[in-house]
Amino acid sequence: MEIFKENNGNELVVSIKGRLDTNAATGFGADMEASLVEGISNLVLDMSECDYVASSGLRVILGAQKKMNSLNGTMVVRNVAESVMEVFEMVGFADILTFE
Amino acid sequence: MNAEEKKLTVEASLVNLDLVLAFVEKELEAASCPAKIQGQICVAFEELYVNIANYAYEGQTGECIICLCISTDGNGKRLELILKDKGKPFNPLDKADPDISLSAEDRPIGGLGIFMVKKIMDEVSYSYQEGFNCLTLVKKWIVE
Repeated sequence: MEIFKENNGNELVVSIKGRLDTNAATGFGADMEASLVEGISNLVLDMSECDYVASSGLRVILGAQKKMNSLNGTMVVRNVAESVMEVFEMVGFADILTFE
Repeated sequence: MNAEEKKLTVEASLVNLDLVLAFVEKELEAASCPAKIQGQICVAFEELYVNIANYAYEGQTGECIICLCISTDGNGKRLELILKDKGKPFNPLDKADPDISLSAEDRPIGGLGIFMVKKIMDEVSYSYQEGFNCLTLVKKWIVE
């Protein structure tokens, strides 16, 4: 998996390319922890090129949502593939994330 | 009805995750499993394999044996996937289901893996046989 980040001032756009499996989630989690800091008020997670999310990936996504809440910021998940949306629905994430 | 069993033994380690996923995917592909169901099965399988790699041998190394059998009945297919390890007897399916109605704030991080396995597969069962923890997963699909 590859992670692409674009920082536009207080907005961070993170694009995930490839499978968010257990091994990929480790790096992704560390990356998010380092990136979501004071000054970021809007996180956009672009998942257009991700069609696979393991539970370890869900942990990172929930962790990012919690972090943005604690920063009084927002998080938007966009371009979610059908297969990934099914996983989100299965675990109740469809209700706690914001999609566009 | 015909079926052939495939078996793979690896050291239970995250280093081998790509290898074991490729093994399962190759067999599903050969059995014309629809891409969507393939993805679901791989997610469920990954959860259980990762659990074994992380916890079964408590910091030591040990093996994970994966047995896969796809049977055909008319245009119906039935996958039986078994993961075995020689760790201490442990049934991961005993874990209580998470409350998926909680808000992001109130949700604990984690605890979703086994829940996903139960939701995805048609049958999931655990047994302890001859020194092995055995997890058996079953999924059925129709070939269009």
